[in-house]
Amino acid sequence: MTIAPVVKTVDVKCGPARAFELFTARMGGWWPSSHHTGATPFEEVVVEPKAGGRWFERDAAGAETQWGRVLTWSPPDGVLLAWQLNADFKFDPDFETELEITFEALALGTRVRLEHRDLERFGESAERIAEMLRGGWPTIIGEFVTFADQPQTQAQGA
Amino acid sequence: MAAVSRRARDAFEALGDPTRRSLFERLAAGPMAVGDLAAGAAVSRPAVSQHLKVLEEAQLVTKTAVGARHIYRIDPRGIGAVRDKLDAWHGTAMAAFQAFADAEHEKDEVLK
Repeated sequence: MTIAPVVKTVDVKCGPARAFELFTARMGGWWPSSHHTGATPFEEVVVEPKAGGRWFERDAAGAETQWGRVLTWSPPDGVLLAWQLNADFKFDPDFETELEITFEALALGTRVRLEHRDLERFGESAERIAEMLRGGWPTIIGEFVTFADQPQTQAQGA
Repeated sequence: MAAVSRRARDAFEALGDPTRRSLFERLAAGPMAVGDLAAGAAVSRPAVSQHLKVLEEAQLVTKTAVGARHIYRIDPRGIGAVRDKLDAWHGTAMAAFQAFADAEHEKDEVLK
């Protein structure tokens, strides 16, 4: 089962190279400030300009909260980011969905298209558990024992 | 298992109970009404409802009302709400980018 990606398209007046630059290098300048995932509002949003670079917000005190990373860096055509904020909008290094932004030249200006896909991964736990059930009990019991043995779990149960 | 998400923890906790595991397993085979689930369970119907509520809170199952009956099914990945949130998030963000980019473009033009 796949979930339809979220797609947003806007046209801007500048050319693709400038649009790409404003989108990536100046993200903190336009990203709505209400949309921070760290404990405090961000001062900057940084997309490191290379494949493998980090994508993160930084608050006034310098604390960084990661959002994801750069998968493909191809200015001025586009950038492919790994969105690693889970269903609770918290960074999870084991979680990854794709956010692709492309910049297409128009006669006057640029069409900027954003596509957030792999959304079915947000609900993996239910599906994963259903699969484990179908696969038999040894797996799920093994997973559960591992979980139950974690110090944090024991503390909660105490 | 490294880095277990909160959601996975909730799910495992919910499935730590044998009655809930049994209910979940039966729903994995296909959607069922509460009454039918209760008929095949070893506990009372109110108890079944309570167990279903825990599974629902862990986002393992979801229910729909069909007339007076509640039909439960495996949460089809329980992401409708997340998608709505992302849709709103990206919509706001892209509108903000457009306004910002066009304002910057005006400045670029003035400097030319």
